[in-house]
Amino acid sequence: MPEEPADHPALKRVRESLMTRFAESVLASSFEKGELVVEIRKEALLPVLGCLKAEHGFNALSDIIALDNMRHAADTRARFSVLYQLFKFPEAFRLRIKIELAEGETADSITGIYASADWAEREIFDMFGIRFAGHPDLRRIYMPDDFEGFPLRKDFPLKGKSDGL
Amino acid sequence: MSTLGRPRPWISGGALSKKNLIPGEKEKHPFILTTLDQAITWAQKNSLWPFGSGLACCAIEMIATAAARYDISRFGMELFRASPRQADLFIVAGTVTNKMAPIIRRLWEQMADPKWVVAMGNCAVCGGPFPTYSVLQGVDRVIPVDVYIAGCPPTPQGLLHGLITLQQKIAKSHPTKEIFHADARRTG
Repeated sequence: MPEEPADHPALKRVRESLMTRFAESVLASSFEKGELVVEIRKEALLPVLGCLKAEHGFNALSDIIALDNMRHAADTRARFSVLYQLFKFPEAFRLRIKIELAEGETADSITGIYASADWAEREIFDMFGIRFAGHPDLRRIYMPDDFEGFPLRKDFPLKGKSDGL
Repeated sequence: MSTLGRPRPWISGGALSKKNLIPGEKEKHPFILTTLDQAITWAQKNSLWPFGSGLACCAIEMIATAAARYDISRFGMELFRASPRQADLFIVAGTVTNKMAPIIRRLWEQMADPKWVVAMGNCAVCGGPFPTYSVLQGVDRVIPVDVYIAGCPPTPQGLLHGLITLQQKIAKSHPTKEIFHADARRTG
């Protein structure tokens, strides 16, 4: 594993490749703590991830993370951020793809590209209420099926809406 | 059984051996005077079969209590059962989530009477450090609890103290009441 993965030419090539091939979809890109972060339009999610897996060898999806930004003072941003953590074996390169979703917007499910996205997307649906179009079985994974609300949204009361069972 | 005015020890091998019997006298047997309640509770409290539901970190302390150093078998409780149908002591060891609550209730209902419940640890007692949407705020919201053991987690000594407290509670109970009043134990 290189000491500074961000300086690795291969990771920079990935960045250049995405910038040229998806020029209209890539909104921003930067290196955070040695990891490449690429923010893209949500419509381009499937082609970008498909390209990264097929052509750049990002053969594993570590995790999908969602953030609720509603408490940010400047409300110019969309409410939710969804981050896809990609990993490349055996070089141990990490790459983060970021999309933003307004409340009620739907993201494309990436289960067709990374099968491991199945439960990760169910978890985000369970906790944030973000729906993924094309997911084979989008239902709650942690909370009981009859649970109401999405607990990790910032406007959800800590004790729940029924103030505990 | 009478001694017919003859002073004889009630429980004594010598007095009861056949050679000491006077011809024509009936053979005498040892006996103990007690109440049925005391006899039943004596048996119950000294052979509790726990159903350990290790839901969180408290399970580790429960396992330590069962292991050699603390040796729960000193109290006749070493037979941890994996099935609620074979157990009469429900040790709720750990955090009960709202999703787990109906399962805990069902397991308790599957245990045959007489049965007792010990809430082990702050989580099972009152939700502990989790006053949240996902955690049941005390297992006594779904099943009746006999003994509460505080601690996060309670030490093996704490669990043993709770179990000894439960034994004392059983010793004071009146199981024969249940013959006439089915709800006697639950209502006190």
